[in-house]
Amino acid sequence: MNEMKIKRKWLQLISAVLYNFHITGFVKGTIYQGNFKSACVPGLNCYSCPGAVFSCPLGSLQTALVSSKYKFPYYMLGVLLLFGVMLGRVICGFLCPFGLIQELLYKIPSGKLRKNRLTKKLSLLKYAVLAIFVVAIPFIFLVPGFCKYICPAGTLEGGIPLLSANASLQQMAGSLFCWKVILLVVILLSAIFVFRSFCRFLCPLGAIYGLFHKFSLFGMHIDEEKCNHCGECLRRCKMDVRKVGDAECIQCGECIGNCSRCALHFGVKHK
Amino acid sequence: MKRNKNTMTDRIRIGLLLAAIVLLLLGVFQNGHIDVKNKAIRICYECIGIG
Repeated sequence: MNEMKIKRKWLQLISAVLYNFHITGFVKGTIYQGNFKSACVPGLNCYSCPGAVFSCPLGSLQTALVSSKYKFPYYMLGVLLLFGVMLGRVICGFLCPFGLIQELLYKIPSGKLRKNRLTKKLSLLKYAVLAIFVVAIPFIFLVPGFCKYICPAGTLEGGIPLLSANASLQQMAGSLFCWKVILLVVILLSAIFVFRSFCRFLCPLGAIYGLFHKFSLFGMHIDEEKCNHCGECLRRCKMDVRKVGDAECIQCGECIGNCSRCALHFGVKHK
Repeated sequence: MKRNKNTMTDRIRIGLLLAAIVLLLLGVFQNGHIDVKNKAIRICYECIGIG
């Protein structure tokens, strides 16, 4: 395992722990209610997770859009713009607990589905999820559509631990909970065979950060003078990238070690 | 040519960064962070699949 890979795994683990260090919540079946919840973490991490100390940017964005007729969502747009311009999809590669869970599941020995034309087309689906479930449904029907009908992080980090520890919540669970658990199981199972399936095909937060791939301050960049366009970086990459550092690139840096010309770098772009 | 492109990218990046800071400040001024907290300190029934 190269140095970059080890550093990345540590950062993924540390961020997951830092996002969720309210350990007593898991025992009591309650959630943290302190002031840190005014701030959002950059990665997908449900604020109803008993351990969550900060807020989920996607859940907060939908809530802000639900009430946007009365109050323009300056704060959440500012937060997402700042994360996007500073880090972009570096967040997906380094700071997302749900990405880490999927990467660990992918380590389970099994047949793996490599990227192909279909997966490249499916990678566009997350933009539809963003437009319909994160923007349109909250705005028109005043419901956080992604959280309610799709978000597997909410079910895994919030629903299952809270319902396990809280009998009154168990009595409230119905068909919607069943749907979300089934969807979670499908997503987690698919992650065993398809690398980061949720991130590639469904995650609207990744779609938002992907929009900033040209302008994000940190990330992968190519030394054009050294690159001989052999394409080895793209062949070895498990994401649906068309070019290193594009909207599909999670900036993990694993391609750096595969480049015989040392043309790939991770860090501040355009120094 | 490439240098011009990089300069343009840098300018857009700085513009977006400034826009983000302005939006954040406007958001804090209208208590957007309090709204985020008020939502996040209560169990989100939609998120956990019962609402």
